[in-house]
Order: sequence, then C-alpha cells, then structure tokens
Amino acid sequence: MSSIHVTSAVNGDPVEFLCEPEETLLDVLRDRLGMTGTKEGCGTGDCGACSITLDGRLVCACLVMGAEAEGRQIGTIEGMADGETLHPLQKKFLEHAALQCGICTPGFLVAAKSLLEKNPDPTEEEVRYWLAGNLCRCTGYDKIIRAVMDTAEDMRKGNV
Amino acid sequence: MRFEAPETVEAAVALLAGEAGTAFPLSGGTDLLVQMRSGRIAPDLVVDTKRIPALREIAREAGGWRIGAAVSGAEINEHAELVAAWPGIAEAANLVGSTQVAGRATLAGNLCTSSPAADTVPAMVAAGALARIVGPAGKREIPVEDVPVGVQKNSLAKGEMVECILLPAKPDRSSDCYLRFIPRTEMDIAVVGCGVSVTLDEGGTVTAAKVALGAVAPTVVVVEDGAQAIIGTKLDDAALDALAKACEAACNPIDDKRGTVEFRTEVAGTLARRAVKIAADRARGVV
Ligand SMILES: Cc1cc2nc3c(=O)[nH]c(=O)nc-3n(C[C@H](O)[C@H](O)[C@H](O)COP(=O)(O)OP(=O)(O)OC[C@H]3O[C@@H](n4cnc5c(N)ncnc54)[C@H](O)[C@@H]3O)c2cc1C
Ligand code: FES
Ligand code: FES
Repeated sequence: MSSIHVTSAVNGDPVEFLCEPEETLLDVLRDRLGMTGTKEGCGTGDCGACSITLDGRLVCACLVMGAEAEGRQIGTIEGMADGETLHPLQKKFLEHAALQCGICTPGFLVAAKSLLEKNPDPTEEEVRYWLAGNLCRCTGYDKIIRAVMDTAEDMRKGNV
Repeated sequence: MRFEAPETVEAAVALLAGEAGTAFPLSGGTDLLVQMRSGRIAPDLVVDTKRIPALREIAREAGGWRIGAAVSGAEINEHAELVAAWPGIAEAANLVGSTQVAGRATLAGNLCTSSPAADTVPAMVAAGALARIVGPAGKREIPVEDVPVGVQKNSLAKGEMVECILLPAKPDRSSDCYLRFIPRTEMDIAVVGCGVSVTLDEGGTVTAAKVALGAVAPTVVVVEDGAQAIIGTKLDDAALDALAKACEAACNPIDDKRGTVEFRTEVAGTLARRAVKIAADRARGVV
C-alpha cells in the first residue's frame, strides 16, 4: 500500500498531506492535520457532526476520501471565527444557549453558515430542512433554529 | 486499495477493466464509503469519476437532457431549466438524504447501488430515462429499469460504468412527479416511492403515461396496467381508482419496521393517485 500525496487548501491556507487511499477526509483533518474541530458522530453520513465545505459545497467529511481533496478548497469550523472575533452565528449560539455538550455544534455552525450564504432570508421551515442532516441529542433543536433565524435577521439588517 | 482519479472516460474504463481484483467507480461516495466502512465491500481499486469534465455536465441532447454521471442532486436542483422540464426528477434527487448527502449523491450512484428504496430510480423510470453505459466494448444505451437486477446487484459488466443519464425530449403538455412516503418528514428510507409521467392532449385527456413504484419489490416496478388505466381518460375518479388498484396489484413488498406488506400496498395506490394529479396539473401549467 502506498501513501498518496495530496495538496489542497484548508480555510484558505495551503496544506499538504500524505494519506492512505482508504482514509476519509475526516480522518485526514483530525488525525493528520490536527484539526479536531470537525467531529465524528457516526462516520456514515447520518449525523452531520463532520460537516465541512468542499469547493464551497456543504458535505459530510466522513463520506469524502482524503485523496479526493487534491486541488480542492476545504472549509472547516476552524475558519469560522476571525481571530478572536466570533462569527455572528457563533455569538448567537452562545446567546441562545444553542448547545449543551457541544459535539454537534461545529457541524451545525458550518451547515448554518452555508445556508445563510445561499439564502440570507430563510423561513423557519427552510432552516429546519437544511439542518435536517445535523443531529443533536441535547438541545431539542429549538434553540439552534432560533439562533440561526436571529443571526439571519441581524445580518440582513447589517447589525453584525 | 488503490485510488485513481482519471480525467477521461477512456482512462476510467481502462482502469476499471484492467483491475484484477474488485474495482468500483466513485461518484458521490454516499453509498460506497458507507459500504467500505461497514466491511460489506473491500475494493482493490476505487476510481473517482468527478475529475472527468463530461461527467460533471448537464446539457441538452437530442431535444432532451444529458446529466453526467457525477452530477450531484444539489447541482440538478440548482439548474432552473432542468428543474422546470423534469420537476419529478429534481424532487426525487432532492429527497436523497440531507443537504450534505444531496450535495454529493448522484443519479448514477443511486441507480447502480440498486437499493429497492432508491428514490431517484422510479422518477427516472417514469421519465423514460436511459443510462448510457461505457465499457471496454464501447457504448450502449439501456432503459434505467434494466440496470438494477436485484437487491444491491446491477447489470453492468466488468469495466463498465454509467457515463450519463439521458432524459428524452418532452412533448407539449407533459410533466412528471415523484412522491415518497416515510415515517418522518426528512432523512428516512422510502416505505413506498412513486414516479409518474403524463402527457395530455389539448382537452386534458391523458395520451401517454408511465408509472413506476419503488420499495415495493426487490427492484423498481413498472406498472404498465396503471398507465393503461389512465390513458384515454381525464383522470376521473374511476380512472384513478383503476390506477390505484393496478399499483396495489403490482406490489410485492416486505414487512419491516417502517411498514407492513398491507400498509405498503395501500400506500402505493394512494401515492400513485396523488402523483398523477400533480403531474397532470404541472402538464397543464397549473402549478
Ligand atoms: C445519510 C444518508 C441518507 C441517505 N438517504 C437516501 C434517501 O433518502 N434516498 C435514497 O435513495 N438514497 C439515500 N441514501 C443513499 C445514497 O445517498 C444514494 O443511493 C445516492 O444516490 C448514491 O449516489 P452516490 O453518487 O453517492 O454513489 P456512490 O456511493 O459513489 O456509488 C454507489 C454505487 O454505485 C457505483 N457507481 C457510482 N457511480 C457509478 C457509475 N458512474 N457507473 C457505475 N457504477 C457507479 C459505486 O461503485 C457504488 O457501488 C442515503 C445515504 C446516506 C449516507
Ligand atoms: S460523522 Fe459524518 S455524518 Fe456523522
Ligand atoms: S449539544 Fe450535545 S449533541 Fe448537540
């Protein structure tokens, strides 16, 4: 078995890594690049804890092969805050207490950010459908949905 | 395992055909990676098809549409003209998994996985779609219903892969619809899925129809009697009753936690009734 040499970019920064052909991009991010913000809940596409963007498209990192990342742009939770300044969604999640244990939170944030980039004025139904692939065993979802709706409103008003 | 990402169809076919062990094309990976992880398959070679430009294209062909095998459901739903032409195909692709899954999952992968509950398959069958298959012996086009031959078994020979899905030219006053029943509102596997396409004449009489059911048998079921029951009618109650009966008769489902045989059979008739009304409204331009 020979390792594959991959060059790509994570949150805008060029990265190079070696991976085995069967490794997922989630394994690569966490175990090779030390970026453990992206979580593993199920490893089978069901929970959304591993949500990232690949060339701008929201995907589950556990269902992408590491080798597929050659030349692609990867976006992870680590790229969300601007230094010490949290992204508006991150602030609202804290304000609304939209997390408890936090394991689902990076996935929800990455997924919600991708929604608001595509649709700055989603209905509650649209938010719930968009986030249906992100599971949370703690919050009961309501606070998450409210945090996303509230962020969208603030961002539309230019309040953030 | 080896991983390859060729840039041409010819190179992909040569890799698949030349591998002595097991070789799998990789489209969205939403089935393949799950199966690898579960240990159900242990490929010697995975060939990523997403760097082949032709497989990433949605284009017009012969008055209809060509959807490259590596085009995701999300890309289909972002293509306004295609969505307008084949709303049933688009809504089926949109039902496949979550936003994240639909961002990767393809029609070709859904077809080749050959799951009885695959959502886009009844929609494609109803639309009269063809799969263009490319392999060491060249290209051939077959109706999509000839691809799945059993649960998780497809008819492709070694070295072959789907290059694209072809949707036919659409006559005037034609449209389609796909409906599925699941126990919740999102993220579940079809208890029954139903794809319907219809063509109407100027007076609203059905002149052509195709009805297909998913999740009621090991492979997709084409309900020829159902189509015959509505052709020549204006979709009055008697025609819809006959359609529902034909769909019920065509079912050969399993009992599982999502639905009993009885339930699935009844739901098949109900979904067909609803789907054909929606398809006809779309064909009339009402919705
Ligand atoms: C969380 C989750 C939810 C899901 N929900 C649904 C659902 O609601 N409805 C549904 O129908 N499915 C669902 N699926 C299953 C899966 O997403 C679909 O079957 C999807 O369409 C597969 O497409 P893919 O491109 O990801 O296929 P892949 O995983 O890339 O491939 C699937 C199979 O087809 C073969 N293959 C791929 N491309 C080709 C080609 N061009 N030529 C020949 N063979 C090829 C592969 O080798 C593999 O055997 C779900 C999966 C997950 C993980
Ligand atoms: S870890 Fe990827 S979806 Fe659960
Ligand atoms: S906060 Fe614990 S799973 Fe969501």
